[in-house]
Amino acid sequence: MTTEAVMSPDTSGHFGPFGGRFVPEALMAALDELDAAFRSAKADPVFIAELNDLQVNYTGRPSPITIASRFSEHAGGATILLKREDLNHTGSHKINNVLGQALLTKRMGKSRVIAETGAGQHGVATATAAALLGLECVVYMGEEDTKRQALNVARMELLGAKVIPVTTGSRTLKDAINEAMRDWVANVEDTHYLLGTVAGPAPFPEMVRDFHRIIGDEAREQMLSRFGRLPDVVAACVGGGSNAIGIFTAFIGDTSVRLVGLEAGGDGVETGRHAATITGGAIGVLHGTRSYVLQDDEGQTIESHSISAGLDYPGVGPEHAFLAHIGRAEYRPVTDTQAMEAFRLLCTTEGIIPAIETAHALHGALELGKELGPEAIILVNCSGRGDKDVATAANWFNLMDTKS
Amino acid sequence: MTTIAQAFSKAHSEHRAALIGYLPAGYPSVSGAVDCIAAMVEGGVDIIEIGLPYSDPLMDGITIQEAVQQSLENGTKIADVIATAAKVSELGVATLIMSYWNPIERYGVEKFASELHKAGGVGVITPDLTPEEAHAWVEATDANEIDRVFLVALSSTDERLATVAAATTGFVYAGAVMGVTGARTSLGDAVRQVVTRTREYTELPIAVGLGVSTPEQAHEIAQFADGVIVGSAFINAINSGGPDAARELAQKLRAGVVR
Ligand SMILES: Cc1ncc(COP(=O)(O)O)c(C=O)c1O
Repeated sequence: MTTEAVMSPDTSGHFGPFGGRFVPEALMAALDELDAAFRSAKADPVFIAELNDLQVNYTGRPSPITIASRFSEHAGGATILLKREDLNHTGSHKINNVLGQALLTKRMGKSRVIAETGAGQHGVATATAAALLGLECVVYMGEEDTKRQALNVARMELLGAKVIPVTTGSRTLKDAINEAMRDWVANVEDTHYLLGTVAGPAPFPEMVRDFHRIIGDEAREQMLSRFGRLPDVVAACVGGGSNAIGIFTAFIGDTSVRLVGLEAGGDGVETGRHAATITGGAIGVLHGTRSYVLQDDEGQTIESHSISAGLDYPGVGPEHAFLAHIGRAEYRPVTDTQAMEAFRLLCTTEGIIPAIETAHALHGALELGKELGPEAIILVNCSGRGDKDVATAANWFNLMDTKS
Repeated sequence: MTTIAQAFSKAHSEHRAALIGYLPAGYPSVSGAVDCIAAMVEGGVDIIEIGLPYSDPLMDGITIQEAVQQSLENGTKIADVIATAAKVSELGVATLIMSYWNPIERYGVEKFASELHKAGGVGVITPDLTPEEAHAWVEATDANEIDRVFLVALSSTDERLATVAAATTGFVYAGAVMGVTGARTSLGDAVRQVVTRTREYTELPIAVGLGVSTPEQAHEIAQFADGVIVGSAFINAINSGGPDAARELAQKLRAGVVR
């Protein structure tokens, strides 16, 4: 199985039976325009050089790999390595995709970007790029999320973006996407929808992946040059799936490397209160793409639940659905409690406060280490830092400590 | 059972555009929706679109979003939507369903089309399904004599107009504005052009919707289109005055659609 064979969607954006475009006709012309702009940019050395310059001199790439030795002691002796996307400017992997799409926005001659955000990391990254490139920026954020990620709301506003709290439906990420789509349909002439994950209609899943694949490309190279071998497992948390696909892509052709996505198990998949879409969902269409969806028997979306705003989404990118379908990647749920334990453990053993999203992957790595034993090397995508989560974490541990 | 073609040709013979009214099933209640639709038909609506309530209506503005959310909270199921279609078709109007794609796919494409046909329904409008993704839907609708209505938009290229027109049966739905549903005070002139451009690719009737709310707008559109579609304005009327207000609005719109 070659990497390219697995990676390339068909001409209408399908990964096997998944993906495609399920959108109002009004958006079709804009998606075609975006697709054309993306393909011409990818082949344009000037665009590539400009993006590369920003990645190195603005974001601070390449991001290092850190050996998490003390954390690894809790992983059955296996070695856990962290790909440090948390060290990027703005504090997460999200900036990789945002810079690419913001440059494309200028290339298409558009002057306004809109974005959805859950944890606020994508919103902050978008507000940042908009400030850098002189674009007007509006971010839609579920009202529920504006509360649990208040720090990021303030950051976006400082950066000059307008944050619009969304008060419909579950008031979280899925509703923010609905609202952003409504804005886009009405303003598509001058506005680019800067989607923050590998979901949505084609070409978003492929395009967002290509802007994030630098994570895995760097990591694979770093593994070979510094450690002389590939990891046994690459692990990442999966909300929509952008950080996971970003680190998986370079390793897809390496069949010896297991790819493991960690979904948000919330209160536990068996309780129905979770966001583990591949583990607990069914095939359907949401937000313009066919993939796994948390839905009832009549195709109504079921609200997801997770302590992590960035994973609290009832859909998942179509390429992940495909990788699960063909058995190339595995997806497992991690509960809120398990994630928060791993969160605290990383803080106290490595001096790194991870994003709560990332903590799901960290728990997965601990579990995989115990399964695989001392020889194993597990590479975790440390997708973001946890400054935004300090209040949530303080609340959680306070609650837990007073309970026990 | 009245077909879409019959409804348009009747309106045409009366030198007017067809009046098409939308209401979500289950709003304000399952039986309340039937009462309101009956009033709309008494007032002169020729074709009824029954909305299938969906949790993520991303083509809809706040009026329809709120109505649909209320309907879902009332517990409206697909069986209720089909039962509503059966009652409406007995009123003698051409009866369509307007639905986002996922509920139909999840319910079963063939099952949905055949149950709707048995209930007397004649067509389905799918605002987030494009012809490119519609292979199974084309088969199921052909097999069950259900018209499948796709949309054209102000932004559609000629190539896309041709694709949409070729896949559509019944009538072509032309969006009057770039944006979501919801009453608007003014509509641009661009929709006239998109209707003219679409005629190059089809003999089917073309109806204009999205944002249309007043008899004046209906009159303007009736001069160049075959049908006028009104949704949010009926919901607003029902919210303030129930079936009587819906009937009254239908009468005014019906007076508007003359040529
Ligand atoms: C740090 C971090 N990791 C992961 C995610 C989840 O997104 P994705 O699955 O697209 O990587 C988010 C989303 O907000 C995030 O902020």
